[in-house]
Amino acid sequence: MYPSRFRYEAPRSIDEAIQLLHEGAGEAKVLAGGQSLVPLMKLRFAAPELLVDINNLPGLDHLDVAADGGIRVGALCRHRDLERSLEVARAQPVMAAAAPLIADPIVRTRGTLVGSLCHADPQGDWAAVVTALGGHVVAQGPGGRRSIPITDFVTGPFQNVLEYDEVAVEAVLPAPRARVAGGFLKLERRVGDFATAGTAVALELDGDRVTRAGIALTGVGSRTVDARAAAEALVGQPLTAEAIGRAADLAAEVAQPTSDHRGSASYKRHVIHTFVTRILTRVTQTSEAAA
Amino acid sequence: MTSLFEEVPAAAAEGVPVRRITVRVNGTPRTADVEPRLLLAHLLRQGFKLTGTHTGCDTTNCGACTVLVDGLPVKSCTMLAVQADGHEVTTVEGLAGPSELHPLQEGFKDEHGLQCGFCTPGMMLAAKALLAENPDPTEDEVRFALSGNLCRCTGYQNIVKSVLWAAKQMNGASADEGSAE
Ligand SMILES: Cc1cc2nc3c(=O)[nH]c(=O)nc-3n(C[C@H](O)[C@H](O)[C@H](O)COP(=O)(O)OP(=O)(O)OC[C@H]3O[C@@H](n4cnc5c(N)ncnc54)[C@H](O)[C@@H]3O)c2cc1C
Ligand code: FES
Ligand code: FES
Repeated sequence: MYPSRFRYEAPRSIDEAIQLLHEGAGEAKVLAGGQSLVPLMKLRFAAPELLVDINNLPGLDHLDVAADGGIRVGALCRHRDLERSLEVARAQPVMAAAAPLIADPIVRTRGTLVGSLCHADPQGDWAAVVTALGGHVVAQGPGGRRSIPITDFVTGPFQNVLEYDEVAVEAVLPAPRARVAGGFLKLERRVGDFATAGTAVALELDGDRVTRAGIALTGVGSRTVDARAAAEALVGQPLTAEAIGRAADLAAEVAQPTSDHRGSASYKRHVIHTFVTRILTRVTQTSEAAA
Repeated sequence: MTSLFEEVPAAAAEGVPVRRITVRVNGTPRTADVEPRLLLAHLLRQGFKLTGTHTGCDTTNCGACTVLVDGLPVKSCTMLAVQADGHEVTTVEGLAGPSELHPLQEGFKDEHGLQCGFCTPGMMLAAKALLAENPDPTEDEVRFALSGNLCRCTGYQNIVKSVLWAAKQMNGASADEGSAE
């Protein structure tokens, strides 16, 4: 299978990339890792007239983990870089847990976190992680840069708020204000498969008290589900069995799974309940072990 | 003529821009004029006649088309040939030396790591990338590294054994040199 004909440009500067997208007037597409776009083009689900390959742009492959724990992931930072980063593993357990579960090791060589956010697959994993962390996407267009909270960035399945002449240049995960904990669990039928159901939990803890919480779900809705009520139910108190149970109930409630070949809606809801419980229980066990 | 899995766009029609690219394939610089939609797998197979790179699923799932680009494993059915311009590509043809097989090839032979052989080139290249990063992997690490490569024949057991065999061989060779007292 090969894609339909397109014009290909590999600009050397971001301004040039934006100019090309602008001239493309909506018929152009950004090519990052190509791990979603190229298969779609081969199946002719996508047939852009112009491909703007950003792989040669300088200064976009960064993965900056600041001393305060804030993380900036450039548009050319690959899943593989995140998977192998000790700094990320130290700074954000939820990211470290998710990275090895994205697709398979070979796809992770090229695919990018920012590309995954832009692709906005309802079963994408990074969007759930970035939502749980309260992150945002930085976009650059002819008018300069703007910052878009992840919850506003994705508008529906495979849709985002980027203008046709904007490039997403990085994803930013805010610096935590207290000790971080959390995790990511995903049910897949086989390695490299998209999530039947997945859960990202990001916590900040002061002593044993939760000071900030984010819970987001993947695979169980037409877009990433921000389980805000479940997260808020945890804030201001320790992670008791009762608090964990309530968060799991609320997360399962807010999930909007559909029944398909991967499982029934009630099964997927059950999986979400189990995952929230497991991640939070593991956090309490780790805290006890450390104490 | 094109067959089901061997499609390659016909020579670009009049007026369709082609690009001249130079790719270092198995150590040798090769130049080609390609249409942007040509995939790396097709450049290697049809353009350069290196048919060891197989295309199976053609949808980025099976890993049969895996090659190394600058040393890292990539599914060549999902990379445009133009994107390889200026880069280094290793295919299965690049594994063997002038007179002897690569330990991975020996391993697949010795441990019966293949039946039909369709997935084998991709398996060996994914394994090569693993061993470059982690010369002494555990069985679990081998399974994890090969999890993007599907085999429809051997059920993976012997493939894993083959890679472990090669790792041992490669480490043994250097350990022997080290302990030549
Ligand atoms: C076999 C397989 C299994 C997979 N399994 C999973 C999985 O389990 N979980 C998961 O989350 N993902 C999975 N994926 C998808 C994978 O993670 C992709 O790498 C990712 O979705 C897209 O990233 P990319 O850089 O390859 O983007 P591309 O394919 O290059 O682009 C995807 C889309 O985003 C746009 N885009 C990309 N970057 C930018 C940018 N910087 N600015 C503006 N627009 C941009 C493109 O125009 C395109 O529309 C899988 C893919 C494959 C092939
Ligand atoms: S042929 Fe490329 S992954 Fe299957
Ligand atoms: S040996 Fe036949 S597919 Fe693996």
